[in-house]
Amino acid sequence: MLAQQLVNALSLGCVYALFALGFTLIFGVLGVINLSHGAVFMVGAYAAEQAVSHLGLPLWGALIVAFAFSGVLGLVIDLLVLRPLRARNAPHLIPMIATIGVGIILTNAIQGIFGAQNIRFPEQLVSNRTISVEGIDVTALELGIILLSFMLMALLLLALKKTQLGRALRAIAESPRAAYLLGINVEGLFYLTSFVAAGLGGIAGVLIGLYSNALFPLMGKSMLEKGIAVIILGGMGDMRGALIGGLFLGLAEVLSVAYVGSSMRDAVAFGLLFLILLIRPRGLFGTLMERKV
Amino acid sequence: MTVAALLQVQGLRVVYGKVEAVRGIDLELSTGEITTLVGANGAGKSTTLLALSGLVKKAAGRVLFDGRDLTRMAPHRIVASGVVQVAEGRATLTTLTVRENLELGAYSRRDRGSRADDLARVFELFPVLAERANGLAGNLSGGEQQMLAIGRALMARPRLLLLDEPSMGLAPIIVQDIFRKLLEINRAGLTIFLVEQNVRQALKIAQRAYVIETGRVVLTGSGRELLDNPAVQQAYLGG
Ligand SMILES: Nc1ncnc2c1ncn2[C@@H]1O[C@H](COP(=O)(O)OP(=O)(O)O)[C@@H](O)[C@H]1O
Ligand SMILES: [Mg+2]
Repeated sequence: MLAQQLVNALSLGCVYALFALGFTLIFGVLGVINLSHGAVFMVGAYAAEQAVSHLGLPLWGALIVAFAFSGVLGLVIDLLVLRPLRARNAPHLIPMIATIGVGIILTNAIQGIFGAQNIRFPEQLVSNRTISVEGIDVTALELGIILLSFMLMALLLLALKKTQLGRALRAIAESPRAAYLLGINVEGLFYLTSFVAAGLGGIAGVLIGLYSNALFPLMGKSMLEKGIAVIILGGMGDMRGALIGGLFLGLAEVLSVAYVGSSMRDAVAFGLLFLILLIRPRGLFGTLMERKV
Repeated sequence: MTVAALLQVQGLRVVYGKVEAVRGIDLELSTGEITTLVGANGAGKSTTLLALSGLVKKAAGRVLFDGRDLTRMAPHRIVASGVVQVAEGRATLTTLTVRENLELGAYSRRDRGSRADDLARVFELFPVLAERANGLAGNLSGGEQQMLAIGRALMARPRLLLLDEPSMGLAPIIVQDIFRKLLEINRAGLTIFLVEQNVRQALKIAQRAYVIETGRVVLTGSGRELLDNPAVQQAYLGG
């Protein structure tokens, strides 16, 4: 029974981690908290649903559509909103407020177009087979979520650790000025970061839409709250922190539903987060360095 | 003997809000030489270098590098065209290893192949960096971080190296060591523009020198001439 819950928790936690990874990447590299990330996640899910229902795309096609659509949306938000604020050296709160506005606009637009009610991906999009391993049932969806999430996260972490591009991103995260002097096209990598982070958000949107079997315009709101909690828990801007924080939140939620009751899910999960932060105010991996100019 | 000017700065002005930090300066750096810009704290030395690298806006003036106009070029393109700066305070990336710092120095270059050779050359020049290669750069001492900053800049294969106060915060014996290395690098053919508050050391190794006061060049000559100049001795060399 517990093992069964753990599989469930792992797949949910993977989606949280994927969402939080993009969120924390933006914070780490651009130095802003982009509060439109929840709405971008939601729009990606809707784009994928449209691609499936109108174009009949298979699941992998829907995931690519979500990545591309959300990615481009993230890039456009950077160009239209974040870049002008960067150019003016706007203090931290300004991009937060501006991206709250962007989130509201996107949410309202989707609600205007598709209505406020839940919509669903067609059932045949994912195989309903389950695999039994030593008495634990794993659905194809859960397995797919876990594999895809780990693959994407491993890819991102590896790229950050091992490639010249990854080093450049870490250089920007520590000091944009040093990065400029190394010949790094800092502005270009800001765009790339916004694109990739938003794209990962879009994929997370599809996965959560399949997991909970529902899309609705406000789905990004609770995800955003969780994302904020996860990256604070993990340590702002830290990739490993987002990964472990996401898995932890999934675990806390599933176990509190199983052993305390579903109405207590968020209370228990967020209560645990709060407790951890009391003990480690900077988060699990938090050094929360003041960024140098 | 006349040597071609590698870098020409004409009428450079930089303004921060109401403060005019650089008030119209002209500079000429000759290929293969060490040129120095010396002056007191706040005279406008760093601002001048940042303007050359494209990190602060120029209110007026022109920068020509080997015939190319750098005046409005983006910072990463300036690096790619061969003008590389070692910033004041060394700009060590403390969360990266020494090796990663050095490899990032080659970021602007397309020719990946020779990176390993260049790395070996930097390790030869600064053996301590080889010893500490896999450690975090933030754990290096001040002098080692300065060597790392210089080594990292060399990884870009610069044609002009800009140095902002490499002696800052270092013990005299380490400053001596760093300056010896700079001479060695220069003798191997690299043109250097050295900004310093440590006026004596800088004038000793420079062929040409400029003295800057509150944003203006007030004196220029060979390093030797300025060392012997009574006004310079009075103001900067302790009488
Ligand atoms: N970012 C900035 N904003 C406003 N004023 C600045 C800034 N940077 C430097 N200044 C001012 O410009 C002048 C020159 O500074 P700087 O170029 O750093 O001098 P130096 O490198 O010779 O010590 C000083 O008066 C300094 O206070
Ligand atoms: Mg200075």
